[in-house]
Amino acid sequence: MRFDYDTSYRDGKRLLRYPSQKWTYAGLLLLLVAVPWLLPKYYVGELTYLFILSIASMGLMVLSGYTGQVSLGHSAFVAVGAYAHAWFLTQGLPFLPSILLATGVSALVGLALGLPAIRVSGLYLAMVTLAFAILIEHVLGRWKSVTGGFNGMPVNDPVLFGMDLSGLKPFYFLCLTCLVIVLLLLVNLTRGKTGRAFVGVRDSEAAAASLGIWVAGTKVLAFVVSAAVTGFAGALLAHHVRHITPEGFNLLLSLELVLMVKLGGLGSLRGAIMGAFLIGLVPPFISQIKPLLGDRIAQQFGLEIFFFGLILAVFVLFEPKGLNGRWLKLKAFFQTFPLYRKDVFKRGKSYMKSERYR
Amino acid sequence: MSPELVSLLQLTLNGLATGAIYALVALGLVITYKATEVLNFAYGDVLMASAFVAWGLIVGLELPFWIAALLTVAFAAVLGWQIDARVMRRIVGQPHFAGVMLTIAIAFMVRGLVSMLFGPESRSYPTPWTQQSTHLGPVVVSDLSLVILASAMAMTVLLYLFLRRTALGVSIQAASQNQLAAYLSGIRVKRVTSLVWALAGAAAGLCGLLLAPIALVDISLWIVVLKALAALVLGGFGSIPGAILGGLLLGLIEQFAGVYLPDGSKDVAAYVVLIVTLVLWPRGLLGEAHGRRV
Repeated sequence: MRFDYDTSYRDGKRLLRYPSQKWTYAGLLLLLVAVPWLLPKYYVGELTYLFILSIASMGLMVLSGYTGQVSLGHSAFVAVGAYAHAWFLTQGLPFLPSILLATGVSALVGLALGLPAIRVSGLYLAMVTLAFAILIEHVLGRWKSVTGGFNGMPVNDPVLFGMDLSGLKPFYFLCLTCLVIVLLLLVNLTRGKTGRAFVGVRDSEAAAASLGIWVAGTKVLAFVVSAAVTGFAGALLAHHVRHITPEGFNLLLSLELVLMVKLGGLGSLRGAIMGAFLIGLVPPFISQIKPLLGDRIAQQFGLEIFFFGLILAVFVLFEPKGLNGRWLKLKAFFQTFPLYRKDVFKRGKSYMKSERYR
Repeated sequence: MSPELVSLLQLTLNGLATGAIYALVALGLVITYKATEVLNFAYGDVLMASAFVAWGLIVGLELPFWIAALLTVAFAAVLGWQIDARVMRRIVGQPHFAGVMLTIAIAFMVRGLVSMLFGPESRSYPTPWTQQSTHLGPVVVSDLSLVILASAMAMTVLLYLFLRRTALGVSIQAASQNQLAAYLSGIRVKRVTSLVWALAGAAAGLCGLLLAPIALVDISLWIVVLKALAALVLGGFGSIPGAILGGLLLGLIEQFAGVYLPDGSKDVAAYVVLIVTLVLWPRGLLGEAHGRRV
C-alpha cells in the first residue's frame, strides 16, 4: 500500500507520480513502437483500427462518462469527421489542414446538436441523439453532390510533409501518435478546471450551479469537445477504410461506441481505451472461432451481435464499473495483498428511485 | 366528390392505418416505462422474435391462425416475464443508463439468436384478413389495418380499465411510484413488475403477429420501435392515451410528408418530429408536467 506524501506543490500536479508508473508507461510505449516489427501484418492493421476506435471512444467518454450526457448517436460525428476530411482532401487541401478542418466541422455539428439538446437530459437526450444519428445517415445518403450518395466516396491517401503515410507501418505510427496526443490532451482537460466542471455537472447539476459553474455552457462545451475528438477519429477511420459509405456509420457503430464506454467503465479514459480494445476485438475473435461451429451458425451475421449483447449484459449485471473498475479492484487487491476485503467495493441493497423529476 | 378530396381522404386513411401500428407498438413501450421507468429497447426484438414464432407455427406447423396467434402472444408474454425475472430485476436501483444498456444487450442477444436460428431470408404468412379490403365510400382500406386500429383502441381501453379499476392495476401504479412503500403495504412488488413485463411482452407478441403480414417477417422488423419512440415523444412520454394520439399523428405526418415534401422526407419525418418535439416541447401533447427537484 502506498500513501501519498507530497513534498512540494508540483507533486500533486504530476501526471506520473511514481517511478514505477514512469517505467510501466515507457515500457508500454516502447512495446507499441516495436509492434510493427514483432507482429504479423494482419495484427498491425487490427491494432491500427483499435487505436482509431480508442480515440472515438475517448471522445464519447468525455460526454457520457465525465459529463453524464448519454449519447446514442456518436456515429454521426464519426461520419461527419470522415466525410468532411475526405471532401477537403478531394478539394486539394493537404493532410494536416484538412484533418484539423474536419475536426472543426465536427465540433460545429456538435455545437449545433448540443445547443438544443441540453434542454433535455437522460433518456430524452439518448433519444434525441439517436434520431440525430439516423438523420445524418440519411442526409449523407441524399447529398449526392458532396458525399456521392449511397455509393460512397473514395478517400485520398494521407500525405504528410511529402511522405506517403498510407502504408501499413506509417499509418500505424500516425494513428499511434494521434492516440497519444489526444490522450494527453484529454487527460489534462479532464483533470483541470473544465474537467472538474464536467464531473460536477454529471453528479449534481444543482450543486454545480450553486458552486458557480455555468451548467448549460459546460454541457455544450462537453458536446463540442466530444464531437471534435470523435470527428478526428472519423477522419482517421476514413483513411483506414479507404472508401466511405453512409452504411459504414450506421446505428450499430453508435451502439458499439456506447458499449465501449460502458464496458470500459464510465468516467475514465483508461476505461475508454480498454473498452475499445474489447469491443474491437470481438469481430476478429468471432471469425477465429467460426470454423469450430457448425456451418449453419457460422454463416450468420447474428453470432457477432449475440456476443456483443452477451458481453454487455454480463458487464451491466456483474461489473457495472466496467473494465476500469475491475482493474482498480485488482490493483487494490495486490497493493493491500493479505488485507484485501471483498466488501471494499460492495454495493448496498437498492430500490428503484424515480428519475422523473430530475 | 372531387378527386382531390378523395385522394386527401385516402391519404388520411393510409396515414391512420400506419399510425395505428405505431400506436400499438408505442403502447407496449409505455407500459414498462410507466411501471419500471425502463425504456425497453428490447421491445422491438421481442416483437420481431414473435413474428418469427408466428411464422413457424402458421407455415411450419400449419396450425390454424387463431391457435397460432394465442401461442405467439403467450410465448411473448413468457419471454417478457423471464426477461424481468431473470435479468432486469438485478439492476433495480441503478441509474436509467444501466436499464437502457441492459435492454440493448437483451435486444442484441434476441436479434442474434433469431438470426442464427431462422437465417436472413424474409418470409410471410397468411392471416384471415390478408388480401381483403373494405370500401368506405370512395376510399379503400385494407382489413388488416382496421384490425390493427381496433386492437390498438381495445388495448388502450382495457389497459385504462385495468390500471384504474382493478386491485392489481392499482398495485402496479403503487409499485411504480414508490417501491419501498408498496412493499410495506403488502404488494408483491417483484411479481407485479414481472407481470407488467409479461403484459408488455404480450403486447409485443400481438404487434409482431399483426405487423408481419404487412412488413414481411424479417430481422429488420425491430426498427418500428424507433418510430414508436417518436410517436411516444409526440404524444407525451408516459401517457397511454398520448401513445395512441402520437402514433396516429405520426402516421399522418409521414404520409403527408411523403406526398407534399421533397423526396426522402418520409423516411426521416419521424426522427425530425422526435427531435423538434423534445427540444421545443418536451412534455408532448398529453404528457405529465415534470419539473426539477433538488
